[in-house]
Amino acid sequence: MSKFEGLPREIIALRISKEIEDGSYVNLGIGIPTLVGNWLEGRDVHLQSEIGMLKTGAMAEGDDVDQDLINASCQAVTEIPGSSYFDLVESFAMIRGGHVDVTVMGAFQVNEQGDFASWMNPSRGLDGVGNVGGSMDLAVGARRLLIAMEHTTKTGESKLVTKLTYPATAVKKVHMIFTDLAVMEVTPKGLLLKEIYPGLTVEDIQSVTEPKLIIADDLKAIEL
Amino acid sequence: MNKVFKTIEEAIADIKDGAVIGIGGFFAAGVPRTLIQALIKKGTKNLTICCGSGPLLGAYRELDGLVAGKQIRKLIDSYGLFRSATKGSQNAFEQLVRSGEIEFEVYPMGTLAEKYRAAGAGIPAFFTPVGSGSMVEESVLSNIKEKRAKKETRVINGQTCVLEYALKLDYAFVHAYMGDEEGNLRYRKTARNFNPVMATAASVTIAEVENVVYPGDIDPDTVHTPGIYVQRVVHVPRITFDITNL
Repeated sequence: MSKFEGLPREIIALRISKEIEDGSYVNLGIGIPTLVGNWLEGRDVHLQSEIGMLKTGAMAEGDDVDQDLINASCQAVTEIPGSSYFDLVESFAMIRGGHVDVTVMGAFQVNEQGDFASWMNPSRGLDGVGNVGGSMDLAVGARRLLIAMEHTTKTGESKLVTKLTYPATAVKKVHMIFTDLAVMEVTPKGLLLKEIYPGLTVEDIQSVTEPKLIIADDLKAIEL
Repeated sequence: MNKVFKTIEEAIADIKDGAVIGIGGFFAAGVPRTLIQALIKKGTKNLTICCGSGPLLGAYRELDGLVAGKQIRKLIDSYGLFRSATKGSQNAFEQLVRSGEIEFEVYPMGTLAEKYRAAGAGIPAFFTPVGSGSMVEESVLSNIKEKRAKKETRVINGQTCVLEYALKLDYAFVHAYMGDEEGNLRYRKTARNFNPVMATAASVTIAEVENVVYPGDIDPDTVHTPGIYVQRVVHVPRITFDITNL
């Protein structure tokens, strides 16, 4: 059980959507990141899907479902004016080549240097392999890497750690972390606590965060 | 130059045990299901199957068929395991990966795309920053300990880069929406994905095509895969499938 109740996943996604500027090309990973898309509809933001689509539309339902049109999470999506398709080599040239402005990914753990772990959960018991997918390419190529995750595990341990115990996806790449309890920025001095869930104190957040937090001068409630 | 084979059986007849076969598709989209079904029927064994992003999770019935026939020796993919650990633990393929009866090798998706591209473009190996600082930098990701070959690295412009090798295929199975008799192909929407690059990486590319047309019927400006990469074309009906939950 989590010690504190915080934002539901959809609202973490809403907070992240506010961090994305108009005119951005954005790649959304599986899980909470996918939900960010729901809050970007109508915005001047183009979603890049690594399967090979730019300007991915909303989820498809009913008669709009086309078996040849899915996103990288294997969900039926739609095409909109200005959409384009391309192959995987082109898709990862965009990603690795630094053309994607913002990438949002989930994680098992993030440390205060901006290293993160997302591709393999050792408890699955598959030694040496896992689903890397496009996570390592995206982490290397993204201009801004935002992590969306619950603040603690189901058993209450901090997912913000001083040392990763899960295998790393990439090192020194994370810019900001959005959890159900807080918004933090990775800085050269450590994790800067910028926003907290209304009603909680800095001490509350620190009690469920392994690394020592630096407190922002303008610390505020999570802005929605 | 008419590359059309009358039957799918003829199109795959010369594939022998031990072949290295690339399979296009990304989860459910653009998977050459009919070719894989023919390969299951043929029963060819000891295969190395090379994928890009889980086409055999999308075409899960075909994965079950290959596994049941004990046809796979090794699978290469970036995302080859069911997302759900529970679903995975009940899956026959994953059980054989756990026991080591099937060798499973993993690369980051973009690196894998580039390994096929390099093979098709005559580049033996390349340096990439992807995977630096992770297990990918140290050695090949494999379920078999002895197969975890050390990787070479080099610091380029201050960034540690990993040396990755081209991945050459004996055969590639690709799925196209339209193809002419000379092997020019067009794909549809996100069913394109890994198909074009797989076609370049193989000695023999076999395209299953929903609509076979005459040369000239495809506007040359809109050809995705030029015919030089395609050796065999076979017509297949359009199959309806579920977009599965992984």
